[in-house]
Amino acid sequence: MVHEWSLAEALLRYVASVYGPRIKTLKLRVGVLQSIDKEVLLFSIRELAGLYNVSLGDVVLEDEEAVFKCNRCGYEWSFNPGDLGEEVRESIHFLPEAVFAYTRCPRCGSRDFKVVKGRGLEVAEVVPG
Amino acid sequence: MAVKKTYVVLSSKGGVGKSTLSSLLAFYAAERGARAGLVDLDFTNPSTHIVLGVDPREVRYVEEKGIFPALVGKLRYVTPAAFTRDSPLPLRGENVSRALFELISILRLDGLDYLFIDTPPGMSDEHMDIVYRLGEVVKPVVVTTPSPLSVSSVRKMISLLRESGLREIFLVENMGGGGLADVFKEPGITYLGYVPFYPGFDNCIGSLENVRRCPLRSFFESIVDKLVSEG
Repeated sequence: MVHEWSLAEALLRYVASVYGPRIKTLKLRVGVLQSIDKEVLLFSIRELAGLYNVSLGDVVLEDEEAVFKCNRCGYEWSFNPGDLGEEVRESIHFLPEAVFAYTRCPRCGSRDFKVVKGRGLEVAEVVPG
Repeated sequence: MAVKKTYVVLSSKGGVGKSTLSSLLAFYAAERGARAGLVDLDFTNPSTHIVLGVDPREVRYVEEKGIFPALVGKLRYVTPAAFTRDSPLPLRGENVSRALFELISILRLDGLDYLFIDTPPGMSDEHMDIVYRLGEVVKPVVVTTPSPLSVSSVRKMISLLRESGLREIFLVENMGGGGLADVFKEPGITYLGYVPFYPGFDNCIGSLENVRRCPLRSFFESIVDKLVSEG
């Protein structure tokens, strides 16, 4: 799974444009929905920081659980991509909205639900300097 | 996206042949030697794979710092059906937008001469994202049949496209006989040609061989020629 490189590239461009080229601490929340490989992501961030001349200190990656809420019955549940097969996991890795093709509300069976959290990559904290 | 020209195939009216047109224009462009791609952005009801006779469960994208389109003949091809294994994908509007930007941001379309984008009918999330946020890099190809219902509908779409700052609009008459050339003779609209109604058209789709042997092929190729020379 090398989608992590694209994520790292977009992330670094954003962080450098907003906070400048010297970053002391970068804290990220990594939603588990997309099964992002944190080791590959960290490697990509470090490699790209070198390429983009961004001075990068500590990088902290934290998992954020995936939580869905049914729009029909209001039930809220935690979603674990590990329960899915490798092919489905990979599809969701590239296109997170594909999860709507594979998942239903465990209480009422509806496919009309929302992703409350756990999708994508979120910049939780940046300390420039 | 380092693509020389990107055409987004649109129609506010359903059933006018957008998916067929975008698929065949892209496929014939590729068959004639151009580096052509087709991306299906009809997330909830993709159908270009049916036109081309591609089983979405067999589509494999090459991954390298993003994903490269699959090869279908000489055509570079991406369909969301490959991610859903052709299962139903019900999406609310905000999720359509998220899916659209997620997909186009990870696609590796480097070096394409022509990219064709298929869209669902209407003027909704996909269209607004494409027109308002990617309007500077896409050229709209509006499809209509000669039916007054379709003509009236696409006139509203053309008006919206113009309001959005898109000054160069291409128009294709599908299932017609060329009569719309005069109807749409207006500054800023380039009439690309027509594809006649053909009762046996189902035999033109469903497999690459059907597509290659389609008796209407010259009509589509003529539209490709005009599009790439003028657009």
